[in-house]
Amino acid sequence: MEDTLSAPRTESRQIVARIFLIGTCLFYISPMYWMLVTALKSDKELARFPPTLWPQEMAWQNFTLATGTFPFLPYLGNTIFYAALTMLGSVLSNFVIAYGFSRIKWPGRDLLFYPVIASIFIFIQFPVNPITMVPMFSFFAKLGLVNSYLPLILPTFFGNPFFIFLLRQFMLQIPSNLSEAAKIDGANEFQIMYRIILPLTRPALVVVALLAGVNAWNDFLGPLIYLQNDKLYTLSLGLTFFKTMHGIQFNLLMAASCLVVLPVVAVFLFFQRFFIEGISLGGR
Amino acid sequence: MCLVVRAGFEPWPHRIDRRLALFCDARQCNTNLCKQISSEEPPTAQADPAETVSGFRPTESMKTSRQRIISREHRGLLLGLLFISPWIVGFFLFLVYPVLSNFYLGMTQYSGFGEPEWTGFRNYEQLVRDPLFWSSLYNTFYYVTLAVPLGVVVAIALALAMNQKVREVTLYRVLLYLPSVTPVFALSMMLIWLLNPRFGLFNYLLGLLHIPAINWLGDARWSKLAIVLVAQFGAGHIGLIFLTALRAIPSNLYDAAALDGAGWWRKFWHITLPLLTPTILYDIIIGIGLGMQVFVPAYIMTGGGPLNSTMFTALYIYKNAFEYSQVGLAAAASGILFVISAALAIITFWSSKYWVNYHLE
Repeated sequence: MEDTLSAPRTESRQIVARIFLIGTCLFYISPMYWMLVTALKSDKELARFPPTLWPQEMAWQNFTLATGTFPFLPYLGNTIFYAALTMLGSVLSNFVIAYGFSRIKWPGRDLLFYPVIASIFIFIQFPVNPITMVPMFSFFAKLGLVNSYLPLILPTFFGNPFFIFLLRQFMLQIPSNLSEAAKIDGANEFQIMYRIILPLTRPALVVVALLAGVNAWNDFLGPLIYLQNDKLYTLSLGLTFFKTMHGIQFNLLMAASCLVVLPVVAVFLFFQRFFIEGISLGGR
Repeated sequence: MCLVVRAGFEPWPHRIDRRLALFCDARQCNTNLCKQISSEEPPTAQADPAETVSGFRPTESMKTSRQRIISREHRGLLLGLLFISPWIVGFFLFLVYPVLSNFYLGMTQYSGFGEPEWTGFRNYEQLVRDPLFWSSLYNTFYYVTLAVPLGVVVAIALALAMNQKVREVTLYRVLLYLPSVTPVFALSMMLIWLLNPRFGLFNYLLGLLHIPAINWLGDARWSKLAIVLVAQFGAGHIGLIFLTALRAIPSNLYDAAALDGAGWWRKFWHITLPLLTPTILYDIIIGIGLGMQVFVPAYIMTGGGPLNSTMFTALYIYKNAFEYSQVGLAAAASGILFVISAALAIITFWSSKYWVNYHLE
């Protein structure tokens, strides 16, 4: 199964693969590296040419200066609030919807799944995307919901095609005679869902929760449009504070970016197995 | 019924784990999520649930079997629709309604306040006469035609490299995937500084190779390439999807080809690539969707400039709707963007019957 393309000259091929992988990894890490290095440079060192590849003096005060430039803690709280509710909505709605698309037999089920797949094309940016944002904004504006998190959170309670697909794939792997046996024992559909399928689907639900949380944390377009009161801003909008002032103090901007990116990176490193398994399950 | 009487509901998860483990073994399910379930309880020979209940005959309300099948199907339909109802509501509220509304609002003069005023095709006429709209479409196409094929090639190369028996492959996978979870807005901010003509790392490294400094974001010739570059940082994600597809190719195909004396290139060209075509199709469709809606990198890094060289259609829509209060015009542009993206996706999908190989499915 594995090692499909390597047969005789395995070693030289491994060396080529290694060089390629190390090269690409260095390239992929370069923005992070430059962010960290810049965040620790003093103003004086920042203006030096050619740029230094490692800070000569660690300017740790950049981090306190950066958190003083914009209300870091309130925005952190807002972002956590947004991410937590998105996780809740995504897990609840997609679990129930995927259950209907995989564990119950009904005429037209597989036919109705085609629109789900097709809608991936629009919902590729979720919950707000450029194609639907203008009418959705005027819709929520009429309801008086601009400057609240509702327009960002509400859509997550109505399912997301990526997550429906992922969970459906997972639930289809659970043998159907489990549900049938429980049904014969007198369990109704909700009991089967709650007592049998839910515990078995837990690993996939963790994947959905993680991806949904990261998605909310990384959302820029949604908060940009709907949150116009700067008390409601998320961290993503907070970073724009550094850009609008006279010029950009890049060491402070990069220090702030570190603080915004760090939680996502930590979550990813801690749960990396779930992320990577989730891709092999959902991506086809 | 007998199971409930005998054991109650509590031991259920236990029994299910075991049965699922048997199932996973039978299917040789190779995702770790499945393995995790199967490792909780070693698979042992257990009585099939069907055997336990085979003697069970429902005594209450014995309808004729046909009646029961029909009513069961009916109940199944209602139940199924009940479970997927959130999606049906969401589909109409968050997709069908705004897409149709784009065409309605596109026919009106609307500033975002008060009532939209019907003006017919005036917005569309205005768009056709606006050179900025045309250049936004040109920029978007430029971006898609460059970013999507490049993404496919890079992702396949990454997958092939990760498929070699390299011991520390997990480390590479994590590092390559890392930019995919990094927020695009933060990545864009990092790239502003990374691509800075004087103080950025890129030009420093190019300088070591005696390549003159490039003003990436300030020069209209390079600015779109800089945005394409941002998209390439997501290739680690697609690379992993390709890796999964690579692993699914049965090795006996390669063995047979090797017996026939095929070299690495012929194996790749005649076995690997054809069997990767479903994944390539997926990647292209997703890439078109993402590319037609590209917004955040341009908004943060260039704001559409220099000389409108990164004014993509999504940015054009945003500026008109939220900065110039031209909601009707923006809706008309959104409608056009939707039609073009959908047409591209449908054409790609239609063409797939000529180049996508589904033989292993």
